[in-house]
Amino acid sequence: MTVAKTLYDKIWDAHVVHQDKDGTCLLYIDRHLVHEVTSPQAFEGLRMTGRTVRAPEKTIAVPDHNVPTTPDRENGIENPESRIQVDALDKNAREFGVNYYPVNDIRQGIVHIVGPEQGWTLPGMTVVCGDSHTATHGAFGALAHGIGTSEVEHVLATQTLIQQKSKNMKVEITGSLRPGVTAKDITLSVIGVTGTAGGTGYVIEYCGQAIRELSMEGRMTVCNMAIEGGARAGLIAPDETTFAYVKGRPHAPKGAQWDAALAWWKTLKSDDDAPWDKVITLKGEDIAPVVTWGTSPEDVLPITASVPAPEDFSGGKVDAVHRALDYMGLKPGQKLTDIEIDTVFIGSCTNGRIEDLRAAAAILKGKKIKPGLRAMVVPGSGLVRAQAEEEGLAQIFIDAGFEWRLAGCSMCLAMNPDQLSPGERCAATSNRNFEGRQGRGGRTHLMSPGMAAAAAITGRLTDVRELTGEPVLTG
Amino acid sequence: MDKFTTLSSVAAPMPLVNIDTDMIIPKQFLKTIQRSGLGKNLFDEMRFDDDGNEIPDFVLNQPAYRQAQILVAGDNFGCGSSREHAPWALLDFGIRSVISTSFADIFYNNCFKNGILPIVLPQEQIDVLMDDARKGENARIAIDLESQTVTSADGQQFHFEIDPFKKHCLLNGLDDIGLTLEKVSAIDSFEAQASQARPWV
Repeated sequence: MTVAKTLYDKIWDAHVVHQDKDGTCLLYIDRHLVHEVTSPQAFEGLRMTGRTVRAPEKTIAVPDHNVPTTPDRENGIENPESRIQVDALDKNAREFGVNYYPVNDIRQGIVHIVGPEQGWTLPGMTVVCGDSHTATHGAFGALAHGIGTSEVEHVLATQTLIQQKSKNMKVEITGSLRPGVTAKDITLSVIGVTGTAGGTGYVIEYCGQAIRELSMEGRMTVCNMAIEGGARAGLIAPDETTFAYVKGRPHAPKGAQWDAALAWWKTLKSDDDAPWDKVITLKGEDIAPVVTWGTSPEDVLPITASVPAPEDFSGGKVDAVHRALDYMGLKPGQKLTDIEIDTVFIGSCTNGRIEDLRAAAAILKGKKIKPGLRAMVVPGSGLVRAQAEEEGLAQIFIDAGFEWRLAGCSMCLAMNPDQLSPGERCAATSNRNFEGRQGRGGRTHLMSPGMAAAAAITGRLTDVRELTGEPVLTG
Repeated sequence: MDKFTTLSSVAAPMPLVNIDTDMIIPKQFLKTIQRSGLGKNLFDEMRFDDDGNEIPDFVLNQPAYRQAQILVAGDNFGCGSSREHAPWALLDFGIRSVISTSFADIFYNNCFKNGILPIVLPQEQIDVLMDDARKGENARIAIDLESQTVTSADGQQFHFEIDPFKKHCLLNGLDDIGLTLEKVSAIDSFEAQASQARPWV
């Protein structure tokens, strides 16, 4: 009898190069994505030790964190430190001969959007990047996670990582989502249940009907925030939706190799009797459109709720909530829909894909943003941007009063000029609402693209169902 | 990487839960292309006001804790991004060990690559050490990696768990890459096998 395995077990087993007696494994890495912020010290380390990149053909570099998103960026980057970092990536990518999409290449974009878009990310692979949101690629049934710069250097030099195996967690979303509820609401709601440390030590497999019914874009949104739940990685078993997305991408297998790959990919699912160390089940119909009110992604509530009080919590969280409410300028009992905003940011590796832009544009079509509001759309890649222009989405955003930007990480982490000022309150489709994340003193509320678009119209946090006329069945 | 064997130091108390990597080292300091020099920006937005002046209340600005080599912190320390700038900044400031009930996965791993020992202990033991930490210069906490113990100022000894390989590397200051390259023939044969089994990769 064979031992029942999870999908994570199967991908792990297929990549073990060597196992020590204590269980420490050397794991082979199929794809290594590289951006400019977490790689310069790693390439410098190679130079200092006379080492080289073992598998440049499996290494993909793209600048995204520092790049300006304004049209004048082809004239170069004004901030000298950002420019040095982007120039360093350019030099390193060319010197070591890795695959590379420079700033002005139409395929440039956020590394986690470019990888899948170009077909670098495939089911059953191990994918790493010096970036915590590498979890995104788990949507393809790949084992994908973030690593530090020392590990970036290790992968560059050896194409392997030294790893201990994580435990298995199943997160099942049964049934279907209600109207107005999206992948972003799923992933935030799960973190609301588990907390930001609930996934620590685990790899999460998301499953259930509501997950199956998501597009690849939606699945990437769900897996992207596995890290916000503390998990090493999040993944979803590949199916026909996955295969249809991958087929024909520039670096996807072709011909007989496609057939061979497909045959293997179809085996990539957890066995029915696979053992789980932890199981969480949510009903899809119970999930509401949600927003965050605090400074941790676990500070999440349905848009119909009110700001909680510190006394609603226990332990160290009480002080943290006092601090969060003070930082966010909110009072317990205040209705979330009464919170007025200054800025809207639509983009990031969480919600910067074409489907996200379609969802936001559907709300904004024929409408204007509230006068005085600052609103920007930052597509996740040059190709997403081009497609949005072709579909007429860009014009909808521009007519509504949004700035239509070039691709990059932008205001998700504000390493480029796109930043919040102290006290400025932002409805954001990104992934982190930490203190100072979008700029020192900036206040972030996380939500789905449709909810961010709705907030742009009314100037306050808004239940997207108010604007679409969909029934409020949850929350 | 510097070895880690034993350490005895004043510990700085940071009981806040979910201290994230954006707090430890805000993004504006990630633009460096070097590993060193980040200590002056550690906890920047908590430590300095908008004009760059020290905020006197912040723990590491208090005279008793300026030389602290240990942090005792709330749950889920180091959550957020993968930036190794977080342990680089801690190390550059002089912190060699962080003690908490839990750590975010990537941060935890990054510490070991930089000679920093993250120690996980249960809440009731953290409470004892947090009390010690609050006593400033009057209480020193001692750590012994070989015996996997933390000793409080009044002599209570707590055992902590650590992966044997990570312990070995930290005790000896070993370079991971050098160790892995000793297994290069295993990598070669894995690649040869994988290129047959999954040629599309």
